[in-house]
Amino acid sequence: MEYGLDLEYSFNEFLKGFGLSSEIIHIIWLPLPMLLVLVAAVVGVLVTVWLERKISAAAQQRIGPEYAGALGVLQPIADGLKLLVKEDIIPAKADGILFTAGPILVLVPVILSWLIVPFGQNLLISNVGIGIFLWIALSSIQPIGLLMSGYASNNKYSLLGGLRAAAQSISYEIPLALSVLAIVLMTNSLSTIDIVNQQSGAGILSWNIWRQPVGFIVFWICALAECERLPFDLPEAEEELVAGYQTEYAGMKFALFYLGSYINLILSALLVSILYLGGWGFPVPVELIAKFLNLPINAPFIQVFTASIGIVMTVLKAYLLVFIAILLRWTTPRVRIDQLLDLGWKFLLPISLANLLITAGLKLAFPQFFGG
Amino acid sequence: MSIAITTQIICFTILSLVIIVGALGVVLLESIVYSAFLLGGVFMSVAGLYLLLNASFVAAAQVLVYVGAVNVLIIFAIMLVNKKEDLKPIIDIKSRRIISTSICLTLLSLLIRVDLTNVWSLSSPQKSIGEESTIRIGEHLFSDYLLPFEVASVLLLMAMIGAIVLARRDVMSKDISTGLPVDQELIEKSSEPLLTNKN
Repeated sequence: MEYGLDLEYSFNEFLKGFGLSSEIIHIIWLPLPMLLVLVAAVVGVLVTVWLERKISAAAQQRIGPEYAGALGVLQPIADGLKLLVKEDIIPAKADGILFTAGPILVLVPVILSWLIVPFGQNLLISNVGIGIFLWIALSSIQPIGLLMSGYASNNKYSLLGGLRAAAQSISYEIPLALSVLAIVLMTNSLSTIDIVNQQSGAGILSWNIWRQPVGFIVFWICALAECERLPFDLPEAEEELVAGYQTEYAGMKFALFYLGSYINLILSALLVSILYLGGWGFPVPVELIAKFLNLPINAPFIQVFTASIGIVMTVLKAYLLVFIAILLRWTTPRVRIDQLLDLGWKFLLPISLANLLITAGLKLAFPQFFGG
Repeated sequence: MSIAITTQIICFTILSLVIIVGALGVVLLESIVYSAFLLGGVFMSVAGLYLLLNASFVAAAQVLVYVGAVNVLIIFAIMLVNKKEDLKPIIDIKSRRIISTSICLTLLSLLIRVDLTNVWSLSSPQKSIGEESTIRIGEHLFSDYLLPFEVASVLLLMAMIGAIVLARRDVMSKDISTGLPVDQELIEKSSEPLLTNKN
């Protein structure tokens, strides 16, 4: 299966032409993909914020942002600029160190998780062996940041919001991890690349959503809960808690929370598309199309073409899910805290356990369909 | 010295400094909240050490279990009961501190002695298994380490049952601490959701 673009290799060859040693080249190479993914994540947030404003407006029969750029596309940038130049306030009785560290601890794990998001066969920062497990581990750090900022704000609403956030994310992490485990069971690997490759056999028909319909729904609900999106936005429920753990935050520190939640949303959408919707795969396998058109699959031109189709497909699937998430946010009411915990512990957890058991059984009974 | 080794040494130095300073902070700081957060930092740095040893699965498991579960629960508990009250001054605190310090120092010297006398290098040069370690850990857990694995799960089950008994006093006929019969009516009233009472 070793085909596709290898940008690192070509970059190496290119710089070796200038007589640099391979170690120096490696150091020059390292920050490039990271920077690229970081920029992609931030641009993704800007797009999502714009989509959120426009779709919510449409759901409420308004027009939404209109004057900043065509159709208001520059509105998110204006928002960001406003937050950037706002005064950075630390409340007098707050705990300064923890108050500052909280938002950082929320944002950093989310950004680190982008390490494992593949946009193509070789188009990811690092194909670490523990792959998807890294994301589960990293996302478990976030509640500490939320608790930290909730405590440091020295405000009842903030503390309650922080506690709610931690409780919510602990309870929904378990069904989330179990539904990922079912996928891993079918793939025999934790690596995101292998997970996508395992779904690439017959285009849209071999996507995991057909083999793991229950897992898909459980994962999506849990991902929404982890992102604290409505109907699960209890930690910042405006009518009850002002704004939850972010009540006392202003300026850039608030922007970090804002960025973190949107990056997390996009990340979750990307991971759903990787785990269940075939990742970078086109609905019809690209190799089949190339064969049909009598084109050599290894020609450089075709390679560039398939790689860009891969990126477009990944982003397209992710944004389709983001669209659904936004639509859900503006059309559903919020659940109560007891309903939230009931749903997590008494419904999703048993269902995902049963799903895991059935997947294991099916894998042994029909190894050709469920990954032997 | 190659760049990779230099990076490793720098990372190791930083991580071990964070672990030592953080652990001292956990013990010595007055504020329990700071101690709890520092504990999280120490756990993270230990995960970093595992990463340096090429044990990425163990590192991720360390983050998931110790930072994501244990430390969050500790902080959670502290925040739920965090009353701002002055603790009673303990009598002869000085002599207590001297005794505990000397015990800790004895333990430390014992550990240093162990470190110096034991031969840590492996007899035969073994190949690092790297990414394959996940599979190996799974194999060991379900073959020769099956019994400890299952016993650990029984331990967790016991802790869980204990927590349920403590939290749901209404399933007991007697109060656990005092031994008096429990007023069931009162408990039922308190466990009912508030909204249903308002007609």
